[in-house]
This record gives sequence, structure tokens and C-alpha cells, in this order.
Amino acid sequence: MSGMWPLAIGARSVVTAFGLGTEALRAALRERRTGLAPCAFPGAPEGIWAGEVPGLEDATPPPELAAYDCRNNRIAELALRADSFAEAVARARETYGADRIAVVVGTSTAGIEATERAYARRDAGAAGLPADFNYSHTHDLFALPGYLAARLGLNGPALAVSTACTSGARAVMEAAALISAGVVDAALAGGVDSLCRLTLHGFNSLELLSRGACRPCAGDRDGIVIGEAAGLLLLEKPERAAPGSVLLLGGGASSDGHHMSSPHPDGLGAVGAMRAALSAAGLGVGDIDYINLHGTGTRANDAMEDRAVHHLFGDAVPCSSTKGWTGHTLGASGAIEAVIASLCVEEGLVPGCLNVAAPDPEFRADVAAGGNRAKPVRRVLSNSFGFGGSNCALVVGRAA
Amino acid sequence: MKIWVSGVAVLGPGLPGWAASEAVLAGTQPWAQADAVAPPPAILPATERRRTGQTVRFALAAASEATEGVTDRTALETVFASANGDGMTVGGILDAMHTPEGAISPTQFHNSVHNAAAGYWHIAIGSTAPSVSLGGHDGVFGAGLLAAGTAVAARGAGVLLCAYDTPLPEPLAACRPTAFGFATALVLRPVPEGARALLELRHVASPPLDEFAPDGLDALPRGNAVARALPLLRALAGRREATVRLMLTPRSHLECRVTPC
Repeated sequence: MSGMWPLAIGARSVVTAFGLGTEALRAALRERRTGLAPCAFPGAPEGIWAGEVPGLEDATPPPELAAYDCRNNRIAELALRADSFAEAVARARETYGADRIAVVVGTSTAGIEATERAYARRDAGAAGLPADFNYSHTHDLFALPGYLAARLGLNGPALAVSTACTSGARAVMEAAALISAGVVDAALAGGVDSLCRLTLHGFNSLELLSRGACRPCAGDRDGIVIGEAAGLLLLEKPERAAPGSVLLLGGGASSDGHHMSSPHPDGLGAVGAMRAALSAAGLGVGDIDYINLHGTGTRANDAMEDRAVHHLFGDAVPCSSTKGWTGHTLGASGAIEAVIASLCVEEGLVPGCLNVAAPDPEFRADVAAGGNRAKPVRRVLSNSFGFGGSNCALVVGRAA
Repeated sequence: MKIWVSGVAVLGPGLPGWAASEAVLAGTQPWAQADAVAPPPAILPATERRRTGQTVRFALAAASEATEGVTDRTALETVFASANGDGMTVGGILDAMHTPEGAISPTQFHNSVHNAAAGYWHIAIGSTAPSVSLGGHDGVFGAGLLAAGTAVAARGAGVLLCAYDTPLPEPLAACRPTAFGFATALVLRPVPEGARALLELRHVASPPLDEFAPDGLDALPRGNAVARALPLLRALAGRREATVRLMLTPRSHLECRVTPC
């Protein structure tokens, strides 16, 4: 229903391989610098790359929330420190009250890295996990919204969304629905995911990991580079938007109903999600100036997505993947790419796929590669797809 | 938020499906403890069916029962809610990674995602409708009902809510005890046609009442977070007015006023 959109983005924050904050990411996009490097994460498969967040050693939670300490919540903590985000939420709390702000965040694996460590440090022959391992505050999916709500003193509804690699985008949609239904006046929405052995070895078992920096949409692309990140948005009703600010214009979702880990080859689910997002925003294909692809760098995803984009847009709208900068940050990707979309609007920027001289010659959509393009960008469509056949698309930009 | 409940399902100890349990839930027949086992999901093709574990089976059993006879089943948006997810699969991967020469299978990995049950449901019935999967620890049923109610209210959608949890394997079980499998599902709509009851939902920023009977049917929430749905299921079965308070977080709950149609 059109009454749901648009929403104001009262504040935004990202933590990526470039470190804290939106400005570090903006500079890297402009300068075409990758945040990817050979993977230094302990226990990772041999020969892979990763987009690791720096500075986690200094990101411990406040002492009263020490039970929540894990890699995922440290990245969440950094996102609160970045971009003055915690201060913006504190102001919103003054305005609306702690009960009227929701926390809706996505993650695929929450703090399971803490569980992996607990398994690894079991005493020889011991069946149980170490006594200091705190399952509910780290491994459990609710550990992420639980930490953010406790840290920010919020007492509105808190939801843990976990729809694999669409989690961050889907959380934004759920937050928008809570505001629309009048349950809350504002929501902290987004996603956080962190490197863990389960994810790295899992994607490795599917033979989907690149052996270098990932090269989305290249003819010889060889897979994903996993990254970790946090992306958070403070969503408010549109009348709260600062004049000229970038808005969240719409969101839509679909299911493939096809296969657990392979996308529908013709991208029917992707087309459905993009259509639903445009319809929610009250926009047509001609209103979109740039499409930020899911673009993981796998053979199957990128080919499917090219077909889906071409089906709706032909070659009229430039598209690209920014995963060559950040890696595939899984449940955070939809959220950080919503922030990237807002940067593209502010900058008038179409970031051409990094490490890719020219797109796959088989592709028919207008894939930007080889360099950045400068052009007015008023509205961006941002795609996220995930295992289980989950599809989600968001529209970010200026009001009509 | 006002939403109407039509289809309803349950599967848990001594509750072998809604039709077989309605009188027990209504209190007109006694409850007797009996282990609940979820059958292989008949809606999946044979090869997929064999590979499903108890978690997916509990979820699909409830989703199937709640949507029996629903003609627009494939058009329903879905909300799948589970605190533990597929703990047997995640636990199997953790075991394999900490065993010398242990290897993860690709199937095991894609089944480990929290939205696996939702994925299987949409594959089984050929639905391309939107779907969201939620965690929520002990507040998982309240979280699922809130998200489903919000989808109905905000988008005017018909929604299938499916909540399910099954025990984790050791050594995770010691950290997160779950005594038995339990699943429930509701079909929720923005209009009263064909409805069993009206639900009025309200978020309340005060702690939930967190006390349960020492034994018997009303003690089941002690053994499984999803069984916190029981007071709502009992009101629906008894076709009586009730105000049910469902945990969301340790500091907040969902007030759910039930009015039979």
C-alpha cells in the first residue's frame, strides 16, 4: 500500500572493510579502492580473500553489557560509534520516547563465531562447552537486536530478521511496516554480519568462493569474497526528512519457490521483488537512474540478475555491483548497499564494477565497469537475493 | 492493529494436530502427555522429503494444517518464526568443523540458513509470495505474531504465520534447553470473512507475565518458547474472549485481545 512510503532516513551508519563511517566508504567509492585482501581470519579455507572490518579489538561493549561480547556485536558497537549514530538515536529517543522506536535488524549468523570458539576451546574429552560461553547473548539471533536495544535504551518492538543474504534489506521493509501500522514512530533498521568459519567453509563447500578479489559481472568471474559489515538506518516518517535529503522510497520482496541455493535461472523471483519495490514506491522503470545489483560474483547469480534486470529495464538503466569494494557482507549487504545507494544519489555517481575491465559479453543489461560514471542520479534500485529463494529490493532517492 | 484469524494449526506433546486437539485445548477433554513426531512432509517431492529433519517437518506440518482448504494458499505472504532454527543442522556443521578431516556438505550448509523452512514451504507449494523469517529467543512467538499482524495491517496482505522450535543437539542443548518440538500456525487476514476470531494487537512496553503452571498442558511453555502461544490457542479452541499477553522481550510484550467471530 502506497501509504507505507516514503520514509525519512534520519541518520545512517556503516562499518565495512574500510573501517568506520559513511565518509570512508564514500571516499573509497570515488577513488575506486577495494577493501578486500587475502583472508587473515583464523581457520578460514586456504587461498581465499575477505573483506574484514578493522579495529574490532577496541570495540568491546560497555561493561554492563559484557555478556553480549562477540564479533557480531562488536561490529554493531562500531556502527553505533560511527557517523554519530548513537547520538542521533538518543535524540530520537528524546523526541519519540524509548517505547516508540523499534529495533529491526537482520543477520544470517549473529554471534555464532563465539560458538565456534567455544567448541574449539573445549577441554580435551569434555562434552560440554566452556562455562563462560553465553549462547543467548551471542549465538542466538536475538542477541543482535537485544544488544542494540539495551545499548541504546530503546524499549519498542525488537525483531531479529534472518532471511540469509536479504536479511538487511528485509529488516528495512519490516521496520517500515511497523511505522506504517502505527506501532512505532521511528525504527532503527539494518543488518550486521561477521566473518565466521561456518559461512566461509559453507560457501567453500558449494565451490562459490573467489580465489582473489571478486569480480562481479566479469566474463571470467570466479565467485564470492565474503565480507563483514554493519549498516544501520534511523527511519522516521517523511515529514521529519531534512529538506533535500535522500529518502527510502519503497521496498518489495518475493520468494523463488524454486531451489534452496540456486536462483531461478530466469530470475523470476528477482523480477518479482524489483517490480514490487517499484510499485511500492509508485515509480516506473523510467524513474530509476541506477541499479545497485546483488552482484555477488558467482556464475549463476550474476547471469540470472542480468536477465532479470534486462527483462524489466532493457539496457536503458546503468547497473553495477559494489561487492568488489566491500565483499559480500551477507545479512548486512542490503543495509550497507542502501547507504551506498544514498551516496550515489548525493554524489551523482554510478560506481563501475571494481576489478572488471568490461562486463561479461553475454550480458545484455547496461553493466557499468572499467571506471565510475558521473551522471545525475535521483533514484537507485538496490537488489538483495538469498538462499531459501529470498528476494528483496529497495528504492532509495529523491521524492518525485 | 485488528486482524482476523481463519486457519489454525498445532503440533506438540499430546497435541497431534488442531482437529485432534481442539477439545483438549478448549478444556473439554483432558490432556495427556504423548511425544509429538512430525511426519515427513507429503507436500515435498520424495527426494527432498527424505532429507528434511524434524525442524522443517514441524514447520511444514503446521503450515500445511493451517492452510488446508485455503484456496489462495500460494498468495499468502509468510512469516516463519523460530528461536532455535534448524539446530540439528547447525550443530552438525559445528561438530564437523571441530572434527579432524570433518567436512561440511553443501546441502547441510544451505539447510542451515534460518529461512530454510520457509524456503521449503514456498518450493513445496510453488509460492512466490514474500516471506520473512525471524528469530526472537523466548519472545519468538510474540515477535512472529507482531510481524504477521503488521504485514496484514500495513500491506493489507493475507499472511501465514508459522512458528516452530525443536530441541538443539548437545553440546548446544545444555546452553539452550528445549524439551520437545512444538509448532503452530495461523492464517491471518485484514477482513472478517470466514474468520474464527478477531485479534487486536498492541505492543506494551512492560515485562511479560512469565509464570506458567507447574505441570500439565499449561506447563508446556516451560519446555519450548513457541508453546508460549498456548493461551492464544486455548482461547481460539474454546471460542471465548480473552486477553493474552505474549512475551516479546524480557522488558516488553504483545497484548492480544481475542474476540470469537
